[in-house]
Amino acid sequence: MLLLFVAFTLWPMVASWWYSFFDWDGVGPATDWVGFSNFAEVLQSRPFWHAFGNSFLFSLVAICVEMPLALLAAILLNSRRLRGRNLYRLLLFLPVVTTTAVIGIVFAIMLDPAGGFVNDLLTSVGLVDSPITFLSESYALPTVMAVDVWKGFGITLVYWLAALQTVPDDLYEAAKIDGANGRQTLRHVTLPVIAPIGVVILLLTFQKSMNPFDLVQAMTEGGPNHATDVVATYIYRYAFDPYLNAPRYGFACAAGVVFGVITLVMTALQGPLLRRQYLKGSR
Amino acid sequence: MRRLNPWHLLLVPLCLVWIYPFVWMVSTAFKSEREVFLGGLSVLPDEWTFDNFVRAWDTAHFGAYLSNTVVFSVTTVIIVLLVSATAGYALGRGSLPGKKVIVGLLITTMFIPHGYTIIPIFKLVDGLGLNTGLLGAVLATAGPAHVVPILLFMGYFAGMPQELEDAARIDGASYPRIFFRIMLPLAKPVVGTVALFNFMAAWNAFFIPLVFTLGRPELRTLGVGMYSFFGQEATDWGGLAAAATISLLPIIAIFLFLQRTFVEGIAGAVKS
Repeated sequence: MLLLFVAFTLWPMVASWWYSFFDWDGVGPATDWVGFSNFAEVLQSRPFWHAFGNSFLFSLVAICVEMPLALLAAILLNSRRLRGRNLYRLLLFLPVVTTTAVIGIVFAIMLDPAGGFVNDLLTSVGLVDSPITFLSESYALPTVMAVDVWKGFGITLVYWLAALQTVPDDLYEAAKIDGANGRQTLRHVTLPVIAPIGVVILLLTFQKSMNPFDLVQAMTEGGPNHATDVVATYIYRYAFDPYLNAPRYGFACAAGVVFGVITLVMTALQGPLLRRQYLKGSR
Repeated sequence: MRRLNPWHLLLVPLCLVWIYPFVWMVSTAFKSEREVFLGGLSVLPDEWTFDNFVRAWDTAHFGAYLSNTVVFSVTTVIIVLLVSATAGYALGRGSLPGKKVIVGLLITTMFIPHGYTIIPIFKLVDGLGLNTGLLGAVLATAGPAHVVPILLFMGYFAGMPQELEDAARIDGASYPRIFFRIMLPLAKPVVGTVALFNFMAAWNAFFIPLVFTLGRPELRTLGVGMYSFFGQEATDWGGLAAAATISLLPIIAIFLFLQRTFVEGIAGAVKS
């Protein structure tokens, strides 16, 4: 166990740093020491920052769109009077368990401008005149993000449902006796009680959304013209792309290190803020 | 008659649209090439055909990919279970020195993005000479610490009564024996949850199998196979839909069968 941990978790982190100082194509040992020039190149590379921005956009969408929508759905599905709520939950959860790469391709076909199902439907009911090129340079990013939300929605929904179930019934009864209406109960009873768990859900969602590689690679490979590039596809392109003549492991490692460090700092910055919120909530 | 809740008017269409991609996938898989080409919005094929499945299974090698995926997923689950159960046992019971530091380190590694460590892991497995079969991909998936399972096992083992272990020791049971014959069987609920979740994750894995099978097409898993099939035959929609159905049906079936365990497992992870 310790051996595995050191070999597969700690060592790669250290090695990433080490490799990033070399100009290395991955063949033979890394010997061509280039100091910080890989880092300089990464930091000055416009495509890298573009990919970086996209990665964070994915997180932002997950936190600002997916989380609130899932909370609304959870509040609705948590109502005991709603029959068939387990079935609804099941259906909304279904995309979560499916293989992202396969889903990406199914969507790519469905959204195809030439004969794809969605465009056929939209044109036949007259909503659009000409097919929408969903995966073109201008629309690809929102499209992939929408699919990402669809894919991840169910899991966030189940998180929120679990949170809602921690609210004790007598609190609701007390609110009812005090004459609170639905919205007041939600605002002053439900939300404050689930806030601490909401913090945990925020962290989990953030962590999950940081890695949209599977979907992006399957749907667009980061294209067209790098419009949907994220850091993982950027690294993949420099290190593993089969069409590449000479992989640039050192450069790809440097890109990974920069991204890893910034993510870690951002998570660490959230730490104290979230802890304060958490303590406030549990008091 | 009871009044129908108006929310159903919103929820029923929403859910239908939500799962429509799956309906579309299965329906297209059974349509003839001509019908797929002509388009059309009907859910039920005019004439049912298995041609697409035959093509996906034989020509596109999805039969082989399916068995690769099963081997890959099962092996990964076994290794993850062994490693995380023993680690959780060591951390949950007894007073391992530096326990807090280890747990802290583990939790920190949760927030490190994937792309950050893939290259050294690839070189490590390559260096071990294991990059010749699926074992390389299995090691790369199962090797990195699986933090959540370890924490689950840790919490579970920590809650077990000390008397149990003492009694076994007095009866002369060795350390491994206590673990495998007493502790592990008692931890069945955790074993089940961890196995289920890691099986799902391994089945759906893409990044690592992709990187490790770039030079060996015969070892592809379903996700990777789907990706390269799309790269080669982007217009064979019927075949692609059939391949997607082959890839997704097993995992959807498992999910429907075990959905209660699944949803409760996720919910439990949040609460604790």
